[in-house]
Parts: sequence; C-alpha cells; structure tokens
Amino acid sequence: MAIITVQRPKLAWHEKAFISTLFKGLKITLSHALRTFLQIAGKKPKVTMEYPEQKWDDQLPDYYRGAPALVTDEHERERCVSCQLCEFICPPKAITITPGEIPSDDPWAKVEKRPKEFEIDMIRCIYCGMCEEVCPEQAIFLRKDYAITGLSRKEMVHDKKRLYEIGGQRVGLVNKWNELK
Amino acid sequence: MAAIFANIDLAFLITALVKIVGFTFMMILPLVTVCVYLERRFSAVIQDRVGPNRVGIPLTLFGFKKDLQILGIGGLFQAAADGVKFILKEDFTPRSVNTFYYWLAPCLTVVPALLTCAVLPFGSELDLSLFGVVQPVKAVIADLSVGPLYTFAIASLGVYGIVLAGWSSNSKYPFLGGVRSSAQMISYEISLGLSIIPVFMVFGEMNLSKITSFQDLNGWLILPLWGEGLSVGRWVLWIPMMFSFIIFTVAMFAETNRLPFDLAECETELVGGYHTEYSSMKFALFFMGEYAAMIIGSGMAVTLFLGGWSIPFGPVLTSLTGFQFHHVAGSTPLLLGLVHIGVFLAKVLCFIMFFILIRWSLPRFRFDQLMKFGWLFMFEAALLNVLLTAVLMIWFPLK
Ligand code: SF4
Ligand code: SF4
Repeated sequence: MAIITVQRPKLAWHEKAFISTLFKGLKITLSHALRTFLQIAGKKPKVTMEYPEQKWDDQLPDYYRGAPALVTDEHERERCVSCQLCEFICPPKAITITPGEIPSDDPWAKVEKRPKEFEIDMIRCIYCGMCEEVCPEQAIFLRKDYAITGLSRKEMVHDKKRLYEIGGQRVGLVNKWNELK
Repeated sequence: MAAIFANIDLAFLITALVKIVGFTFMMILPLVTVCVYLERRFSAVIQDRVGPNRVGIPLTLFGFKKDLQILGIGGLFQAAADGVKFILKEDFTPRSVNTFYYWLAPCLTVVPALLTCAVLPFGSELDLSLFGVVQPVKAVIADLSVGPLYTFAIASLGVYGIVLAGWSSNSKYPFLGGVRSSAQMISYEISLGLSIIPVFMVFGEMNLSKITSFQDLNGWLILPLWGEGLSVGRWVLWIPMMFSFIIFTVAMFAETNRLPFDLAECETELVGGYHTEYSSMKFALFFMGEYAAMIIGSGMAVTLFLGGWSIPFGPVLTSLTGFQFHHVAGSTPLLLGLVHIGVFLAKVLCFIMFFILIRWSLPRFRFDQLMKFGWLFMFEAALLNVLLTAVLMIWFPLK
C-alpha cells in the first residue's frame, strides 16, 4: 500500500563528475574544521567534554545503572538476607555470597540470615541490573558510581564493606521485618 | 690504491652524507610524525572532536606536577607515544606466512619511499663559507638531470612491498588488498607519468633544481605572476599546466593509497587490507612508508607546480625591499638558504593538509569505478593534455 517510489535525484554533469560536489564536500568539512578549531583555540570546545576535569554527574538520570551496592535500612540493619537469588541470576556470575546466620541474641534474630561475605567482581559485572530486579528484600541497588578502577584484579572485587560504603543507607523502602511495615 | 683515494672528493662525500642524514632522517622522518599528528588533529576538528591533546613530555614520570606541553599545544608528543607503543607491542608472525617475504615486505615499502627523496631540492643552496666550505652547498642530495625519471622508477618499486605483503601473508584479505593495489598502482602510474610530460615540455628540462630556480625567477608554474610569468605564452600554457596539476594530484592520491583511492586497505571490505597480518613495528613500517610516500609526492608536486622552495614574488620583493628574496646561484646568503628550506617544508605541509582534508571529506570509490576512472578518464586526459601542450607550444614557445 504505502509504497513510496523514491526518485533518484537527477544530477547535473558537474555533479556526476564530482566537480561541484567535491567543492561542496570540502566546504562542509572545512567549515566544521574551522568552527571546531576556533572553539578549541578559545578553550571552549562545545561538543567534546574534557572528561576527568569536566563531568556530567549531576545530569545522570535516576535510573542510571552504575555499580551495584548493598544498602542498610533506617535501623542500620543490613537488608540483605543472603537468599542468593542475585548470585544465581547474575548473568556473568559476578556475585559470590557466603551466607551467615544471625545469632539468636541479636535484635534482628527473626531475620535469621545475613551475608557473612558478599563479593561482587567488578571486572565481571556488566551493570545489567538483574540483581536489583530479582532481590526480594530491596537490598541491592545499582548506584551512580561509574568510574570503578583499580590497579589489580583483587582491587576490583568489591567486598561487603566496600559495597555498604557505596550503597549507604536507604530509607523509605518496604520494611517487612519490623513493626513499622 | 692511493690513486683511487686521491680521486675521491672528500668534501663532496661528507656534504653528501650530511645531506642524506639531514634530509631523510632529520626532515622526512620527523615530518612523518608531524603528519600523523596533523592527520589526527585535523580529522578531529573536521568531525567536531578535539583529538589528541594531552600527550606532552611525560615529566610526571619523574615526579613533576604536570607534563610539559610544547608551545602550549597539547598532544604534540602523541606520535612519539604511538611509536613507543608500536615498539613495545608483541611482534606476532602468523605460522602460515612465507617468512622471508613477510619480513621483506615492510622494508620494501619504506626503502623506496625514502630513496625517492634523493632528487628533491629541499632548498636553494647553503652558503657554508662560515664553516670553511668554499663552494655553496646545493640543498639537494643528488642533483640529477633525470630527477623525475629516477623518482618514478623508484616509487613504482613501492608496489612490491604491498604485493609481497599481500601474497606472503597467506590469507585472503591481504591477498585481495595486494592484488587490488598492484592493479591500481599500475593503472595510475601511467597517468602520473603522462601528466608531467607537459611540464617537462614547457621547461625543456628535467633537472628539478633548475626547474625550481626557473620558477623562482619567473613565477610558479600554476601561478605565473612575476618575472617572465606575465607573458601571454605562460598564461596560455597555464591551462594545460593546470590540467597537469589536477591529474598529477589525483594520480598521486591513487599512488599513495590515500582515500578516496585506498582500495588496498579498505577497512570496510578487507579488514585491514595488505597489512592485516602485520603487527607491531612491521605494521608501523607500512604506515611510515605510506606517509613518507605522501610527503615525497607532495614534495614532487610542490617542486614541479608550486615553485618548490621559492618564496612567492621573490624577485619582486627583492626589488621592492632591497633585501634579497630570490635565489642567485653562488651568492645566496645562508639565512636566505635556510628560509628557502623552511618555505619548502611549509608548502609540503600545506599540501599534506590538503591530502588530509580530502581524506576526511570524500567517500571511497568502488573498485570498478576506480579502474574505470583510471583507464577511461585519467589516462586519456593526460594523453590529450600532452597533445594540447605540444600544439600550444607551436605558437607560444617558452624559451
Ligand atoms: S542482595 Fe537481595 S537477592 Fe541478593 S542475596 Fe541479598 S537479599 Fe538475596
Ligand atoms: S548488575 Fe548484573 S552483572 Fe552486575 S552484579 Fe548485578 S546482576 Fe551481576
């Protein structure tokens, strides 16, 4: 139905022989070159950002998927119950969890479990957000940190301490383990 | 034995050696790095990017606060960094290659490219009486009277490097690249050679130094604005000369495998073309050979058509200001000689900028278009141009 027949443009002889088109092309590239050159010479490149000096962090959207991290709730409780769902769903198998039991004299004894160790290998992580999606406890979130660097492979493995450092406290989530709800 | 030694002109030998080292290793090779830098920066601004702007002398390695940027222009040392990277990379030789030719090929691209610079006059002459050299030294390595012939003879050897690289790699993409390149080079060499025949007819001379001196006094070939250049004959002959210039430039693009004629490497079709299987410094040699060929080609075009080392309006400026701006054989001050070298380099650089601009403006030709263009248009145009010049010269002989 909606077939649109596109006519090939009729070219004049000088266009076919690349004469006028050559100059047209050169004009475009030269004008771009000149404009950008003047911007650079004036130290104000409009298109390119000089990355480490200039950043766009305040423009990151809320749904930005940076480094995954663990969070605590209002009561400083680790939200993770080490159900290991994230470990199983993680496509590149970046997460390694060693589950641990919460001792019975702990105020949060009824939660029963929390991770003894929680490691995310940031060399493997692909920032897919599956872990955040699958977590039944709203314990793991992808934060806005993106410049994850290290000098060794070991440095690139985030352990529990580091994960809570990045994640910090997060309030206003569902609280199913206390009376607040 | 003693008689043989007595016949050798020691001063000539030494100056020749100094010129060879000075021109090839102190001018052409550094110019290659400058070209690489220019290419990257210029392509960047064409595409609204910034380009390499950070690499300087890495003083931070020695505990300083900041890297040193020469003249405040960032990134000037990018090419050096690239070079170091190439040297440090693993030099991988695939097991299936024909090792001897595989190693020979990169050398065969660089050596002819550098050899051709022997006949290029890169300056007028240097008056070295300060250092006790009586005769002024001509700023050309070998002042041959068949200069351009020599250049074309050697430059056409460059194709062997590419063909051998393609063949010895024992892999299909390099092979296709090599075959394409040989077909392309042969086709365009014809028009390249034919395109400058009119030039020699006009000059009646094949010695590049003399050609340049003539242009210095009488206006550049395609810009005859002073001296005898203002005669009617020169302006009538200007038309075929302009054709020559255009054909020569286009053919040179094809000869040096530059876009829009870089069918030999053609990333979109042939991965990397003839140097797909090469890595590390061997790959860098191909790169260097290509850029060196480009520099020499530009030098050739500048020498033939744009007055080589001559300062525009030299004789006019001389008579206006009283200072000497043009070359007089035997009495050219050292300073002027140096300025001439500078002018030559500046012209070559401008020409290379043109190369780069074209590369980032035009899309690549299809291979059949390329061959068709070479054989059905360039060849005929060059041939007709020879005829045209010959006919015109009946009425307007130059000398
Ligand atoms: S972060 Fe969530 S999904 Fe992963 S183990 Fe803890 S509670 Fe389970
Ligand atoms: S973001 Fe994806 S890859 Fe990274 S830890 Fe979570 S599930 Fe694994």
